[in-house]
Amino acid sequence: MADTHSSAHGQSAVAEHEHSPYLRHHFDSMEQQFDSATLGMWVFLLTEIMFFGGMFGAYTVYRSLYPGAFASTSYYMNPAFGAMNTAVLIVSSLTMALAVRSARIGNQKLLQLFLILTMIFGAAFLVIKGFEYHEHWVDMKVPLIGHHWDYSEAPQFARQAQILFCFYFFMTGFHALHMVVGLGLMTTIFIMARKGTFSPSYFTPVEISGLYWHFVDIVWIFLFPLLYLIGRTKKLI
Amino acid sequence: MHEVPSVKTYVTIWAILTVMTFVTYYVAQIELGAWNIVVALLIAFFKMMLVILFFMNVKAESPLTKLFAGAGFFWMALLLGQFFVDYISRDWMPAGKMW
Amino acid sequence: MSTALQDPQITETPNYLNQEYGWKSWLFTKDHKRIAVLYIISITVMFFIGGIFASLIRIELLTPQGDLVNSDTYNKFFTMHGVVMVFFFLIPSIPATLGNFFLPMQIGAKDLAFPRINLLSWYIYIAGAAFALAAIVMGGVDTGWTFYTPFSSTYSNTFVITAAVGVFIAGFSSILTGLNFIVTVHKMRAPGMTWGRLPLFVWANYATSLIQVLGTPVVAITLALVGLERAFHIGIFDPAIGGDPILFQHMFWFYSHPAVYIMILPGMGVISELVTCFSRKGIFGYPFVAGSSLGIAIIGFLVWGHHMFVTGMSMYASLYFSLLTMLVAVPSAIKIFNWTATMFRGSISYETPMLYAFGFIGLFTIGGLTGLFLATLGVDVHVTDTYFVVAHFHYVMVGGMVLAYMGGMHFWWPKMTGRMYPEGWAKFAALLVFVGFNLTFFPQFITGYLGQPRRYHAYAPEFQVLNVMSTAGASVLAVGYIIPLIYFIYSLKYGPLAGPNPWKAKGLEWQTSSPPPTFNFETTPVVTEEAYAYAKESHVG
Repeated sequence: MADTHSSAHGQSAVAEHEHSPYLRHHFDSMEQQFDSATLGMWVFLLTEIMFFGGMFGAYTVYRSLYPGAFASTSYYMNPAFGAMNTAVLIVSSLTMALAVRSARIGNQKLLQLFLILTMIFGAAFLVIKGFEYHEHWVDMKVPLIGHHWDYSEAPQFARQAQILFCFYFFMTGFHALHMVVGLGLMTTIFIMARKGTFSPSYFTPVEISGLYWHFVDIVWIFLFPLLYLIGRTKKLI
Repeated sequence: MHEVPSVKTYVTIWAILTVMTFVTYYVAQIELGAWNIVVALLIAFFKMMLVILFFMNVKAESPLTKLFAGAGFFWMALLLGQFFVDYISRDWMPAGKMW
Repeated sequence: MSTALQDPQITETPNYLNQEYGWKSWLFTKDHKRIAVLYIISITVMFFIGGIFASLIRIELLTPQGDLVNSDTYNKFFTMHGVVMVFFFLIPSIPATLGNFFLPMQIGAKDLAFPRINLLSWYIYIAGAAFALAAIVMGGVDTGWTFYTPFSSTYSNTFVITAAVGVFIAGFSSILTGLNFIVTVHKMRAPGMTWGRLPLFVWANYATSLIQVLGTPVVAITLALVGLERAFHIGIFDPAIGGDPILFQHMFWFYSHPAVYIMILPGMGVISELVTCFSRKGIFGYPFVAGSSLGIAIIGFLVWGHHMFVTGMSMYASLYFSLLTMLVAVPSAIKIFNWTATMFRGSISYETPMLYAFGFIGLFTIGGLTGLFLATLGVDVHVTDTYFVVAHFHYVMVGGMVLAYMGGMHFWWPKMTGRMYPEGWAKFAALLVFVGFNLTFFPQFITGYLGQPRRYHAYAPEFQVLNVMSTAGASVLAVGYIIPLIYFIYSLKYGPLAGPNPWKAKGLEWQTSSPPPTFNFETTPVVTEEAYAYAKESHVG
């Protein structure tokens, strides 16, 4: 593309060749590029809302159809783990917001620090999730894997509870998958930050990764009460 | 680009979010009947708004961004609401009299 | 009307086609025009594959007995026809081809907002198509393109997961295209190109993109759940374990109904371009045509239950969806009225693109009206799952959408390639398409109303005459499709040079050379006039 660089600028822009090296040539200004990138990320988050929304919708339908079975499943959820995970994610959102802020004001050291902290908290979330999944495995509550399923405590709900547990694993599983992608994003951003890529005039990747990270946090903010907390007061029949 | 929120703002929001997490956890232990779910969802909604407005900085963003942010949740509501147009009304017909 | 500029310098001016050669310059391109060409080739291939299955269906239906193939194989024919045509031809068609090529040009931009994501969307499409073709080659799928459970999730013995994965992947291609268009239209318009001056083709693609972004993720998760249910033998949609097959249908149709608007809206955008250019007149009621695109997009999400009137949904929900389906016809009708009013007192010429536009207006009206019959609960009970439904959606999809696509391809061919197609052959092919189409599908309204069920490889003997007519029509239609394939390819080398604006059309894409240069415009245009600013002039040529 080197030959076309100057022709792309045309005669009038030769004098104004001093633009950020990160300006893509189909854009006219860094501001247009930044605005486009953030709008693009919001549109993408829109698709993610509908993706999770479909699952939330189906889950809500089954919850309303089988309230007794649903109440019995919350007996097996560990709200302490869930609450811990919520707190961890909220802190990671704080560090992420601080990372974006550091990029905006050009503080490279703080940017890298907060990115690392965000990744640590994100990883902690996944570790806690791992413990939870392990607990469910030990309790024989994983209907996905062959017949690793034992609902002898409340056999009248065994079949419907299977559906609800499936949704539990799908929803938290897809969420965890998004966390892993988020960690990948953070790693990439961190490497770019180490190379000194970001400055107050160009920090778009940090900004849009931050939006993604906060969104994944929001999904969990809803998953936590829906999956762990509601129905807890009901006795296991 | 937009003004940068202060560290104090961010930490305050974080503190509120963490407190609300504890609140929702403990309220869930209390038997409130149908209100349990209402309270839990209200708290979750409130937390979500804090994250959106402050951590995602939508409060300072253009109306266009606000529109797109809101559209997502509105559309999810459309999906859920219309599913329930069916599920809620299934019991309204006396059994055996459909078609 | 002479459109050939025999200036040899035209072919040597640098343009997006001759700027770089070699397979790498195509497969790693970021130029939206080259990506559009990649898509044109891919969806044409998929169209003909879908067409082969259609031919097999029509050949079987020549006789009332199921004598060509057994019912299981026939189930595979109509499933693969549907899956390939819906997900790999109709959904991407105009947005990924004509939209990709012309949306940036029409707003005066150098490219889409995210050129690399554009290329990625094509690769994702190819990956999805590979899975779909793999499912075909391995033995096919027999669930119907609608994948209803529990047959698809539990009882079918065919390659459901492979096909579902292909559709899932293709969905992301659609989402990325939509995302790109939305951001492009918001952020990359040239100076002076206000929302009120946008060509209606842009409005149509914008509305389409909203649907793509809001609806596709839901079908993605739905098919993912079906796949997981099949793989792990769990019962999300299996009534035996308390699952609800109707929930599958709700989730599936939440996307698949708006999907039909993804298919038709860009076609309507093309028709707005054709009708104005070949009537030499501005569009009648621009705000209404633009607004109706958005109206269709939004109301389209409120009507999906009309696919489920007889499957077990509550009657009150059926009432709700029936009423709203009546409502969604209104913006479509507004467009028909406005195009007609545009032509009134216009200076009409009958070049091939306009012939396709006429065809669209008539056939889409029939298709749309029969949609209202289907929206009426009482009638629907009688004709649902019959050939009446098949005829309805082919009228809107083929009589509407495919004709719009052909019209758009003919209209913009000289711009994309710098060459004119042979007008005589094109008119002939358009006539064959129109005659063949009506001969194929009008009899199906009749047999459907009389009770011939869809998706059956056999039928009652009294329907044979009409079915033979239908198959004969399909043969004519096939010829009508093959002829343009031949002359378009022929024109690439032997067609007369077209020049920048052979139709004397308004629109920024006609202000640049044919084929356009890689960056579309030498200098960023500044827009000062409204869209479709055709003065009252005598028809040129």
